Amino acid sequence: MIDPVRPGYVYLYKRYERFWHWAQAALIIFMMITGFEIHGAYENFGFKRAVELHTLSAWTLLILWAFTIFWQFTTGEWRQYIPTFKKVGAMVHYYSIGIFTHAPHPFHKTTSSKHNPLQRLAYLALLSMVSPIIWGSGLLYLFFAYWKDFGLDKWLSLQGVALTHTAGAFMMLVFFIAHVYLTTTGHTPFAHIKTMITGWEEADEH
Amino acid sequence: MTLRQLLAAGMLCAAALVQTAVLAADIPSLGDKLPPHKSTADHSKFKELDKVFKTGPEVTKACLACHNDAAKQVQHTKHWTWEVIDPKTGQKLGKKNIINNFCTSTVSNEKDCMACHAGYGWEDKTFDFSKEESVDCLVCHDSTGTYRKLPGDAGHPIYVRKEFPAGSGKFVEPVDLQKVAQGVAMPTRTNCGTCHFFGAGGDGTKHGDLDSSLRNPPKFLDVHMDAKGLNFSCVNCHKTSQHQVAGSRYELAASRTGKPQPQGKVDDNPASCQSCHGDKPHKESLLHAERLNTHTDTLACQTCHIPEYSRGSVGTEKVWDWSTATKMGPDGKPVLKKDSIGRRAFDSKKGDFVWDSYLKPEYRWFNGKVAFTTRGDKIDPTKTVEINHPEGKPNEPGARIWPFKVHRGKQAYDPELKNLLVVHTAGEDHTALWHNFDWPKAITTGMETAGLPWSGKYDFVSTEMSWPIAHMVAPKGDAVPCAQCHQAEGRLAGIDGIWLPGVHKNELIDTVGWLAAALALIGTLIHGIVRLCVPCRKPRSKA
Ligand code: HEM
Repeated sequence: MIDPVRPGYVYLYKRYERFWHWAQAALIIFMMITGFEIHGAYENFGFKRAVELHTLSAWTLLILWAFTIFWQFTTGEWRQYIPTFKKVGAMVHYYSIGIFTHAPHPFHKTTSSKHNPLQRLAYLALLSMVSPIIWGSGLLYLFFAYWKDFGLDKWLSLQGVALTHTAGAFMMLVFFIAHVYLTTTGHTPFAHIKTMITGWEEADEH
Repeated sequence: MTLRQLLAAGMLCAAALVQTAVLAADIPSLGDKLPPHKSTADHSKFKELDKVFKTGPEVTKACLACHNDAAKQVQHTKHWTWEVIDPKTGQKLGKKNIINNFCTSTVSNEKDCMACHAGYGWEDKTFDFSKEESVDCLVCHDSTGTYRKLPGDAGHPIYVRKEFPAGSGKFVEPVDLQKVAQGVAMPTRTNCGTCHFFGAGGDGTKHGDLDSSLRNPPKFLDVHMDAKGLNFSCVNCHKTSQHQVAGSRYELAASRTGKPQPQGKVDDNPASCQSCHGDKPHKESLLHAERLNTHTDTLACQTCHIPEYSRGSVGTEKVWDWSTATKMGPDGKPVLKKDSIGRRAFDSKKGDFVWDSYLKPEYRWFNGKVAFTTRGDKIDPTKTVEINHPEGKPNEPGARIWPFKVHRGKQAYDPELKNLLVVHTAGEDHTALWHNFDWPKAITTGMETAGLPWSGKYDFVSTEMSWPIAHMVAPKGDAVPCAQCHQAEGRLAGIDGIWLPGVHKNELIDTVGWLAAALALIGTLIHGIVRLCVPCRKPRSKA
């Protein structure tokens, strides 16, 4: 769909969407930095500060999510995450072979379908698996002091919750690396990033 | 309320105010100035005390004339009996029975040790524990700071001028008992400190969290006893009732749950931090989500709030090695060596010592019960003998991780009968170790006095004794920082039963996690490089 105001471009990401994306990105990067410090991987802020900052970012992310979930449903954008297996094979073929031969991208982004089928699957996995793991364990971890009040101490151990959270954090780290790399696979290395900043995508491009 | 009613009420209030103001103005003219002391009785005005006393017991008799149940009360306390029966094991404990890691045993050494007995005349087994005038009121109630009891006098103060230590050329003047008796008051830190700061024979030697620096401590040393601040005396926390002092090491409440107990309410252990602070004392923001208050389910308050003990130049003794005692100097005479800041380092009478200040405690699970190795108990000399063993399993209800001063040493034992030995150290007779430097003679007298068999052989065994740390509570800003435990090899390294974020990990999750991240990184890098380097086969449709 060609935008009438700006021929040759599609307005793919609306303002809130872009804000939400970058805010979430910043928070998640920060949570990885502070989280792995809490884990004992290195020393940067100091343990206490890292815990406080990690907790602060968790609360911030929670608020951001509240707005974003609201946004997803009121705009119907949540449909972007409905998985499709159409063209998944083509996408895999593209990333493993086509991309090296400059074959055309098998998928064309439109405002009603912003993510390629592989992306959809990846984001769905993130939403339905990694996020719940991190959030579930993160909230339990955070509210450890209240387990007794809810009888949770009979069912949970700090060790189990901490390890689940750590496993989730590693999944997030792997996702993050792959995600950042894939942003460079547009027609120029920064094309996707530019789109996510300005909202505009060159129409004819993959 | 109508306007008129309001006016009337206002006028009534005003009238009442004027009335009280007039009354208040009258009070000073009613009598003398308020006396300076807190007590309702000024002992310096009692004619019973306005006379020359020759001995301590004479003073006690005068005290008992009015305080007629005081001696009976004292005689029921550990301060008098030096004996505690462990209610669980039936074990006979207390200074009278145990062997400690310092001067070891009071038996056969009473004349010296009883300088710290709240009584007069305990020289040997024949001491009459029922005699009321033998109770020493003054050692706890002296406010003049002139009442001193020295080793060698079986608990009596100085009646005649005396050289002390013998041969030192320093003299101690006799005490003015009349002045002391007329100045009695509630015990202060200095009173309790007379014995408790000087346990094991010297300032700071025994406890590490109790030494003479607490007579007038600055805030950083102890928030409660801070001389310019709260200025608590010992009995503020160690509340006494009928002369029973709460909060003994022998019956310690390692944990106490629930809300703070207002003063005056019956409390099983008013000497615990929690009796005033409750067990959830931290006010925490959402960022902390009660994290500190959950720590109280695992840690004793002292564990974080006493970051180091002996925080001053007095220091405390860490090691007492008796095995080198009786070693003489090159001239065959006893030697005395001091460390760089003048604390004892070697004494031919006593062996080697190691002292230090600003010490990090050692941490252990502790439920308040302590098992002792006492006279006649079998020991395993191949291992370090625990003179006392703080009991408590990880996460057992009532157990918390506590800070301890662990005092290490070596002392004499019987390698055949496998028990610790009672050694006659103090005294002027020819068998006393400190007089004649002869182990076999000193052991013979010690074991005979204790009524125990001895094989005739002796050797030295490694021992240790654990002292729970509960004083020298630092201001909250000085509490142990989180990272000192939440880091590899931190303060709680080796403590079982806890999961410490930042320390404990699962090898598998970590290995797989870091490997996956590394593979993702390497994989994408290779993908990217290949992408950039493989020559184009098809021209790009658009620039
Ligand atoms: C991108 C998101 C996140 C990442 C990458 C992440 C990562 C981590 C890591 C690696 C740790 C150390 C785990 C350990 O060694 O035990 C940690 C600790 C923790 N995380 Fe997260 N986390 C994230 C989100 C969250 C969220 C959403 C919450 C809460 C709702 C949360 C709460 C916590 C808590 C409470 C701790 C433990 C701090 C403590 O010691 O008390 N995290 N996080």
